[in-house]
Amino acid sequence: MSDPSAPAYVTAAAQPDIAVELADVTFAYDRRPVLAGISMVIPRGKVVAIMGGSGCGKTTILRLIGGQLKPQVGRVMVAGQSVPDLDRDELYALRRKFGMLFQFGALFTDMSVYENIAFALREHTDLPEEIVRDLVLMKLHAVGLRGAARLMPSELSGGMARRVALARAIALDPMLVMYDEPFAGLDPISLGVVGQLIRQLNDALGITSIVVTHDVYESLKIVDYLYFVSEGAIIAQGTAADVRASGDAFVRQFVDGEPDGPVPFHYPASPYRAELFARA
Amino acid sequence: MLDAAATGLADGLRRLGSGAIAAVGRLGYATRFFVAVVRETPAAFARLHLTLREVYFSGVLSLVIILVSGLFVGMVLALQGYDVLQRYGADESLGILVSLSLVRELGPVVAGLLFASRAGSAITAEIGLMKATEQLSAMEMMAVDPLARVVAPRFWGGVISMPLLAALFSTLGVFGAYLVGVRLIGIDTGAFWGNMQAAVDFRYDIVNGIIKSAVFGTAVSLIAVFEGFDAKPTAEGVSSATTRTVVESSLAILALDFVLTVFMFRGIS
Repeated sequence: MSDPSAPAYVTAAAQPDIAVELADVTFAYDRRPVLAGISMVIPRGKVVAIMGGSGCGKTTILRLIGGQLKPQVGRVMVAGQSVPDLDRDELYALRRKFGMLFQFGALFTDMSVYENIAFALREHTDLPEEIVRDLVLMKLHAVGLRGAARLMPSELSGGMARRVALARAIALDPMLVMYDEPFAGLDPISLGVVGQLIRQLNDALGITSIVVTHDVYESLKIVDYLYFVSEGAIIAQGTAADVRASGDAFVRQFVDGEPDGPVPFHYPASPYRAELFARA
Repeated sequence: MLDAAATGLADGLRRLGSGAIAAVGRLGYATRFFVAVVRETPAAFARLHLTLREVYFSGVLSLVIILVSGLFVGMVLALQGYDVLQRYGADESLGILVSLSLVRELGPVVAGLLFASRAGSAITAEIGLMKATEQLSAMEMMAVDPLARVVAPRFWGGVISMPLLAALFSTLGVFGAYLVGVRLIGIDTGAFWGNMQAAVDFRYDIVNGIIKSAVFGTAVSLIAVFEGFDAKPTAEGVSSATTRTVVESSLAILALDFVLTVFMFRGIS
């Protein structure tokens, strides 16, 4: 009946409409392996989180989907197109359907908030200035910062900058928005605001969202499905309810924030006693 | 003992070899980068306001340092030149000495060195920081090529600004020499300007000076945008890229100046 190799979530939800698919993707920077045979499916219209500790290859997954990196082995499909096989023009055409929120916003520091959001509209469309203005104000209103349109990025707080970057990411009404650590370094109020915005924009605009994060608590409130990545491999996956109920040692350590467990506290080293007395 | 020496020698050779390979590789990368930037030129000029904005940042904002330096270089040149020339009773040739020195050499070279440290370093730091803060990545992900949007306008802004700055440097230098030579020391005004007019050839001196400054402008702008684009995306990476821009630009200007002078003025004697 169902394809046994497909993740349980896809078969269970009977969701044939797939936005992004990674199949057996292996990637290494020079000789440093980052991803070792990762497969994941991201259905259209859902919010999917990719979780894992720092440096586990989460951001690399986003760069592979965005075509900034090419996998050594495996397939990266976005909207039915194989990303690594696209030429420059095709890749740029695909990227126009993407929005991406970078870790610290990556707003253009020489432009005002307004100009930042108008940037993509002006680069990719010939819309008259009045319509650009209306669209920019609508996007800013959606993130609650219409009043900040004339500010420069240096005048924004971290949370505001993240919301402006979010407005910029949805400027061209993308089909897919990727969030790289959207919660990093935010105060609790901003954290809640950004989390809710991700969910609401996803549902209101009918987009697909991929959230790369290590913030379990915030993600569990807003996402449909989670993948746990450790040392370049997916070691657990499931819905928010699955994750809360999970007995898996890694997931438990991650969710409960235990300092030691499958992810050890200590970086690999020679025995403590041997090292301390080595010079004696 | 002998073994250690052999190992040391082998290590040294290995380092030399890998350094040479890295340098050639980097030069090749810079050349490809240059071709890519030139290929994006139509895109940069299609939106002229982007390039004009960079002409303002590289050119107009460098005016103060260029004009003040030009004035002082001209004044010092007049003082020193007069001191030597008057020993031979040739003090009325001061205008020739000053104008030829400035138009042929000092204008393009000193303006180029100042341009490298004022505008080149700023371009490298700006592009490097845009890279470090993922602004270039963000642009790429928005399907906007940073080479066309960020690099090409800055490159052409520098190429356009530099000859204009060098010309203004020389002009202010000549004016400074006039102030010192004619107004302060008392050389005859007519002799100062008349000798200058007779001795300075438009094609031979002025055009060659402009060609020099255009070549220096191209070299400095290319080094500045390349170092910025190639900078390691960290605070340390951007700072060392900025330093490299100033050092490489200065050396490039002096080396290119020698080569250009050999070809331009070899029939001079």
